[in-house]
Formats: sequence, structure tokens, C-alpha cells
Amino acid sequence: MSDVLKRRFREQIMVMFGREPKKPVQIAERAVRAHQLKRMTNKADLQATKAHMRAHEVKSTKWRNRRWATLLISNLLFTVSFYFDIQLLEGALTASRFIGFHLIDLNSALQVMLAHKHIITNLLIGTGTVLVLWILLGGRSFCSWVCPYHLLAEWAEKLHLYLVKKKLVTDQTIDRRLRSVFWIIFAVLAAATGYTVFEAISPTGILSRALIYGPGLALLWVLALLVFEVFFSKRAWCRYACPIGLTYGVVGIISPLRIKYKLDGCFHEGDCRKVCLVPHVLDVVIKGRAVDIEVPIGPDCTRCGLCVDTCPTGSLTFEVKGLSKLL
Amino acid sequence: MSDDKRLPADATPAAPATNGATKKVGAGGTPPLSKERRQQARRRVLRTILLTGGVMGAALSGFLPLIYTQKQRLRPPGALDEKDFLSSCIKCGQCVQVCPVSAIKLADLVDGIGVGAPYIDARAQACDFSCDAVQCILACPTGSLTYEKPDFLSVRAGAAMATKPILLAKEQDAEPTLNLAERIGVARLTRPEICLAIQGKGFKGQARGSAFKGRLRYMDVDRWKPIKVADHPYDVAECDLCVRECPVKGAISIETVFASDGTQRKSPVVHEPCVGCGVCEMICPVEPAAIEIVPGEVWRTAASEKASVGANKS
Repeated sequence: MSDVLKRRFREQIMVMFGREPKKPVQIAERAVRAHQLKRMTNKADLQATKAHMRAHEVKSTKWRNRRWATLLISNLLFTVSFYFDIQLLEGALTASRFIGFHLIDLNSALQVMLAHKHIITNLLIGTGTVLVLWILLGGRSFCSWVCPYHLLAEWAEKLHLYLVKKKLVTDQTIDRRLRSVFWIIFAVLAAATGYTVFEAISPTGILSRALIYGPGLALLWVLALLVFEVFFSKRAWCRYACPIGLTYGVVGIISPLRIKYKLDGCFHEGDCRKVCLVPHVLDVVIKGRAVDIEVPIGPDCTRCGLCVDTCPTGSLTFEVKGLSKLL
Repeated sequence: MSDDKRLPADATPAAPATNGATKKVGAGGTPPLSKERRQQARRRVLRTILLTGGVMGAALSGFLPLIYTQKQRLRPPGALDEKDFLSSCIKCGQCVQVCPVSAIKLADLVDGIGVGAPYIDARAQACDFSCDAVQCILACPTGSLTYEKPDFLSVRAGAAMATKPILLAKEQDAEPTLNLAERIGVARLTRPEICLAIQGKGFKGQARGSAFKGRLRYMDVDRWKPIKVADHPYDVAECDLCVRECPVKGAISIETVFASDGTQRKSPVVHEPCVGCGVCEMICPVEPAAIEIVPGEVWRTAASEKASVGANKS
């Protein structure tokens, strides 16, 4: 990895913890040339090319469909497994057993470890398995590919955007550093009080259990969050509060599976940033921001693939680090 | 991100140093902020505080179980002491899934015993150990339910079983015991005045009425398939249902006792092997139940108090 990419890698970690993305300090030679070439291109030619691309653009929802299917199947597998007593996937998202193998949600495990201050073997095995799994699968891909709240929040976001278009509501942004603060508060609370406080309000756990064991009044809290997101602040829980997302984000730092941005073909129209659920990770697509001609997207990216679907030029793609070299 | 649809300042240009050049500056540079921007920043801080307050307020509800610990519910077999149980339970419900009689339920928001934490409502459906091996303990991934406590956790005096309780259903098996080191509660005759046995009455019919959904394993019907209590009517000259259906050997018996006025009566008497499963509470045909489980209770009579301290091998 070159120095500019190393610097960006470090900066993207800070962005995940809540810092606003900044203009790059240093840009690789070849990227500087690419940026220059883009500026030199004849305006009329560029417009023509853009129009041509737009005309031939294929609206794809490939990755979204795959993701929604995965999310629904993995959540309903719990329900089906319990309902028909086939013991395929037992438990809930917080902790489960897949054909006998322990799987334990990293954030839940962390809360229990901090609260109980004792780790039994099964907990360790389950946590270890899930850790390896999500290192391989991209960390926050847990959020967009598995978390049931994410799907509801996605639909709530659509509603929110519709209301914004109708000028009925405006998106109220909140300081993203808050998520890191919450992470620390909940960790400290668990360790200090010996009780897994976060689990009581985790919409992921509440929804997962509601799907498996039947609905309860705890769903009111989830509803309150969704109402807040629709009328007040877009995707507030996932963006500004959820410690689970940050835990998986940290795992994603070393994950080989990620979205890759290619500078060459990009028209810098920003369609991807409009659909992105965490647009601060896509600052790289702003004109002049890319530090190299190929830039991996940072760890706060949920690998949802909406940008991959949307990009008219194919400048954003899924990538497994090292795999392309191998093949 | 703060670079979206920034409106040109329609307010009075209060900061002349910033007009023109800095209108389009994104998050990269840090020019002096316009009045509008300062106001936006201030509002954002307020919103941040609002969300913090909201989430933390909701999180406080997570502490309700700690306040309610006095009035505790019956936990599944092998549960750690209440505080340790609440800290270690990951709320996955695997114990719920393996229970053959669906005795274990998960608490809801208003139950005040932890959203998603398991409990048993013995009157509605008691644990009758029809799984033989205490499946919920086997299923628990975090050790909240456990056969044997780890060394660093202490065992309360009287909570430890003097000997491993023998499960009547597998008394003939090579290994007849329930691998339980501690009880989850103790049965108490809380309403002796309505107990049919004490009144010398018999019982005929369905123990809990025809609408009762609770199930029980009847060894003479099917060892592996618990049936509805409603499908198993009784006809006894002297009520002894709690003794008759108790799954643990020697945990309860009908004894002749002397009442305060000196008269002799029959009465159910609970003994040390009681693990607190709650079958007696479920089967008790009077309403409300004459016999109940006191959750988390330890075995305490003057004599056995000393004995259980001695037997506290942990």
C-alpha cells in the first residue's frame, strides 16, 4: 500500500469514529494527472459523453435484491427453525447456534463480558467464530445484510426522503461523534453496573426476538426510533447511536471485502452519495478528492452495494483484497 | 456531511470577511463561520444533546430489572443468582427453544425483569423436567444457566442441593439424577387454609379446568410426550395432586401434622430435595394455588440449615 493510501486508511478510521472527512493533504502522482486530465476535457464533449451514458444506463437493483433476500432469509431462518423445530438455526441474533455451532453477536458478547466479567468457553468459541466470519465478510456488512432494523430503517428512509421532497420535513443532522460516545457510555455502564443495559434498548435484539418469539411491547421503542427517523433525522439510530455498528465497523478495518472506487471513469455526479446510507465514506468521489486512481472505501461502509447498483459508469465495485492478484 | 444544498445566505451578511469566497467551502477548510452557519452548528449541538438524552432516557429503562430484583421471578433451572444472571444472560432465547413443554418465556418491556430475559410462570406452565437432561442448561451459550457454578461465584447457604436430586421418571435408569447442583426456589404451602388435603377433601375432574393449556409428562401415558393436564382428569378421595405429580424423588409428601388446636390433619410437606420446578404450583386444583414456588428461595429449617451449610461442598 502506498503512503497516500496508508494515510487515507488511517483517516477513514477516524471518520468512522465521527470525524468529518477532509480534503486530502497528499495525492498520488497518477491521481493528480487523472484529476488534471478531467479538468482539461472539453466541456461539450464531457456533456455529450454523460448524456450518452445516461441514455444507455441500466437501472440495476441487483445488489439490493441480493441483500434484502439475504437479510430476510437469515432472519426468517431463525423463525422457521423454531416454528418447525428443525434445529437449524437456534436462538436469536444476539446468540445462536447454526447446526450446532455457536455464533454470538460481537457487541452482545462484549456487553456480557463487561457486565459479567467472566467468559465461559462457549461464549469465547461463539464470539471467535463470528469475529472471523465478519472479518471475512466485511464488518459492517452485518448491518446492511443481516440486521433486521436496517431494513426497516431503509424503508423509513425512503419515506423520509419522500417527505423531504414534498417539503414537509427536513433532515436534521446530528454530530456523528455521538455514536462513539454512546459506545463508550454503554461499555462503561455495563462494566460499572454489571448489567447489559444496551441489550434492553437494542432494536436489533428486540426485533430479532420479536420475529422468533412473537411481538412484545418492546417494539414500541423500535417504532419510536423509526418515527424519529422519518420525521426528524434520517437514519438517526444507525448513524448516530448504534454501538453494534461501530463494533462491526472496527472489525471491518481489517476486512478484505470492500467497495473499490476507480477514479478514471467517474463523472463526479454524486448519484452514489445520494443513495449511500453512510455518505461520509464516499467523500472520495467528490471532484479532486481521490488520492489515487483506485481507492478502497473505508471501514464505516456497510457494503450494502447501493452505490454499486447506482453508479452509471461502474466506477464503484465490490472487491476482495488480494483476490484479483490471485486470479 | 455538510456540503449539501447550502442555501445562499439570505440573512443579513453579518460577517463581511466571509462573503463570496467561502460560500462553497466544504468541510475541508475552516474559514470564519457566517452567522447562519454558527446558528446551524448551534442547532446541531442541541439536536445531538436531544438524541443523547432520548437514548439515555430509554436506556435507563434497562435498569428496571435491578429495581425489581426484590420481587423476582422464577428463572429456568440452573440459573445463576439474580444479579449474575442478569449480567450474563445474552437474551437469545435458546433455552426457550429447547424446552419441550414451553415453560420458559422471555420478559417484555413492562415485566421489569429485563427485556428478553427468560423466566418461568410456574402456575401457567411449570418445568416438569420432561427433557430429562435439563436441555435449557445445555443450550445456554453464556453460562447464565449452568449445572455447576464456576469457582469465582459463591453458592448461597441452602441453595445447594444436599445430594443430586433423583428424577422419578428415570429412577430405573443407570443415571437417575438430575444434574442440578442448586435449587431455583422452594415450594411453600402459602395458603394452607384453602389446601384440599388439609381440609380432608378429595378431588375429581380436570385439575385446572378444561381451558387450561399447561402440559405435563405422565409416565403412565407416555414418557416422551407430555400431554395437556386438561386431558388427564383425576379422581382422588384425598387430594394429593402436588405429591402425585412432583417429578423429584422425596421432594414432597403428605404427612399427618398437628394443627394449633391439637387436631390431626393431613398436609403436604416439602422436603429438602425440592428444586423449585413448580409442578405442584401448576397442578394445585384450587384457585389461587395453595402451594407456590418462592423464586430464589433457599432451603431453611432449623435442622437442615446447619446440614446444608455443612454440605456446601462447592
